[in-house]
Amino acid sequence: MSESQTEVATRGSGPGEPEDKTAFKNTSNNRNLTDKLFTVLVTAAAFFGIVVLAVLLVDVFRDGLPFVDGQFLTSLSSITPENAGVYGALVGSILLIVLTALITVPIGVGAAIYLEEYAGDNFFTRAVEVTISNLAAVPSIIYGILGLGLFVNGLIVPGMGPILLAGALTLSLLVLPVIIIATREALRAVPGSVREGGIALGATRWEVTRDHVLPSALPGALTGMILALSRALGETAPLIVVGAVTFATFAPPISPEALFGRYGALPIQIYDYIQRFRPEFKDELAPAGIVVMMVVLLLVNSVAIVLRNRWQARR
Amino acid sequence: MVNIRRIGEEQRVRETSKDVAKGGAQQTPESNGMTVEDLSAFYGSFKAVTDVNMQIKRNKVTALIGPSGCGKSTYIRCLNRMHEVIPGAYAEGKVALDGQDIYAKGADPVNIRRRIGMVFQKPNPFSKSIYENVAWGAKINGYRGDMDELVERSLKQAALWDEVKDRLKESGYSLSGGQQQRLVIARTLAVEPEVILMDEPASALDPVSTQKIEDTMEDLKKKYTVVIVTHNMQQAARISDYTGFFYIENMGDPGRLWEFDETSKMFSNPDRKETEDYVTGRFG
Repeated sequence: MSESQTEVATRGSGPGEPEDKTAFKNTSNNRNLTDKLFTVLVTAAAFFGIVVLAVLLVDVFRDGLPFVDGQFLTSLSSITPENAGVYGALVGSILLIVLTALITVPIGVGAAIYLEEYAGDNFFTRAVEVTISNLAAVPSIIYGILGLGLFVNGLIVPGMGPILLAGALTLSLLVLPVIIIATREALRAVPGSVREGGIALGATRWEVTRDHVLPSALPGALTGMILALSRALGETAPLIVVGAVTFATFAPPISPEALFGRYGALPIQIYDYIQRFRPEFKDELAPAGIVVMMVVLLLVNSVAIVLRNRWQARR
Repeated sequence: MVNIRRIGEEQRVRETSKDVAKGGAQQTPESNGMTVEDLSAFYGSFKAVTDVNMQIKRNKVTALIGPSGCGKSTYIRCLNRMHEVIPGAYAEGKVALDGQDIYAKGADPVNIRRRIGMVFQKPNPFSKSIYENVAWGAKINGYRGDMDELVERSLKQAALWDEVKDRLKESGYSLSGGQQQRLVIARTLAVEPEVILMDEPASALDPVSTQKIEDTMEDLKKKYTVVIVTHNMQQAARISDYTGFFYIENMGDPGRLWEFDETSKMFSNPDRKETEDYVTGRFG
C-alpha cells in the first residue's frame, strides 16, 4: 500500500514529469478499500441466512423436541392432548409428497427436455416460457381453488371428491412450473459442444439427451426439484381448499387404496393444534408437530444432496 | 430443428467456381470421394457461403484456408449436415458422397454423420470414462464386433493409446487439452467413417500436441478422406494434398471458394492474387 504510494509520488514529482502527465491516476487504495468493504457486506449477507436458520432450528427444537415421543408419533389426532399424535398427518404428508414427486418429475423433466432440446425458438415456445414463469408466481391458494374445481368437484371429468389423489394432483400443478424452470436451467448449463459431439457421431437427438445431456444436468435439476417438493410439503392453503382433513383421526392405509381415501397433512394438523382451546395443544403438541415436519423436510433435502453428490462423483 | 433443404433451386453456375473446382489435378470419377456442387449456406436470411464447387478426393487431405469469417467452418459443417443443427441454418446445393447426394430427399442425416465424422475446434469429450468416450458412438450405431478391440485400435490410430491404456476408466476430462482432442479423434474413428472433417482441430493446442495430431493425419489419409480447416498456413502446406482458399471480396458478401488446387501449386504460384497475398502472409 505505502509502496505504491511512494512509487506514484516519485514518479509524479520527478524532474520534467509533472503530476498530470501520468495516464493512470493511482486509486488502488480506494479501490482496495471498496473491495474489502464489499467482502464484509456479502459475508454478512451470507451469515444472515445461516443465523436465521440456526435461530429457527434452535427455537423450534427447544420448544418442541421434549414432546416428541413414540406415543406422539404413533397416535392419531384426539380431543385429549395426552392421546393426540401426528401419525395420520405424517403418513398423509409423506404419501402426498411421494405421489406429487411421481407425477411431477416425469412431466416436468419431459416438458423441460422438449422446450430445451427439441423445440425451436419460436412464438409458441416463447409463449410457453412466459406462461410457465407466470404460473410459478401464482399464489398457492389459487392452485387450491383450481384443484377444487378441476379434481375435487370435477370441471371436465367427474369429480374425485376430497381424496389423496386430488390433493397430490393439486400440489403437482403447484410445483410443476418450478420443476420445469429448474430442469431447463440445468439443461441449458450443459455446453452445446457436447450435443454437437454426439450428433456428429451419428447419434439421434434422444440418444445424446439420454446419455450425455441428462446425466450432466441431473444434479442441478435435482436441486430444483427438491426445493419445489419441500415447498409442497409445507403447503397448507391449497390443501385446506381441496379438503384435506384438519382433524386426522385416521391414517391413510399404506396401500394403493390410500389414493382414493381422505387424508390429513402435517401443516394442517399443526394449524389445527394451535387453535385448539386447551393450552397443551398450543404449547406442546403444535411445537412437537413442527419438529416432526422440520425433520421430514431436512430428511428429504439430505436425500437429495446425497443423491446429487453420488451422481457427481460417479462421473 | 429447422431442416429446410432447397436443393437445386439455384442452378446458376459460376463459371469461375466450376473451373476452380476442377483445379489442375486429373479428374477422378465422381463416385470417388465427395463432390460439392453449387453449395450455399444460410443462417436464416443471411447467406454465409455461396456457390461452392469442389471435388474432395478420396484418401487425400484437403485443407481449407482463408481469413476469419469467410465461411470455412460453415462450409465444412455443410459436408456432414451439421450446419442445419443450428436453429435457422440450412444449406442449398448438392453434396455427394460416392455419388450419393447427402442432401437428397430421404437421406438420413444421422446415418450420414456416422459416415462423415467431425472433429471440432475445441475438444468436446463426453463426461464419461475414456473407454466410454470411444465406445459410445460405436455402441449406439450398433457395432457388433469386439468393443475392447475397437477401443484399443481407435486409440492407437489417434496416437493416444500408450498414454491412456492404464487409465481407461478415468474421466475424459482428466486428460490434457491435446489428449482430449486426440480422444475426440479416436471417438470419431471408432464409428468407422469414410470421411473425417476437422474444423481447426489444433487451434487450441500447444505445438507438441499439434505435432501429434498432424502425425496421426498422415496415417489417417491412408484409410480416410480428410478435410481440415486451418488458420495455420504451414500446417496446410505440410499436411494437405489439396487446398481451398475461401475469401470475401467486399464486407457483407457471402464467402466464396476463391481458388482450389493442389497444395503445391496453391503455395507456389496460385492463379489469383488474393490467394498469393494470403498464403504469403500479406493479409489475413
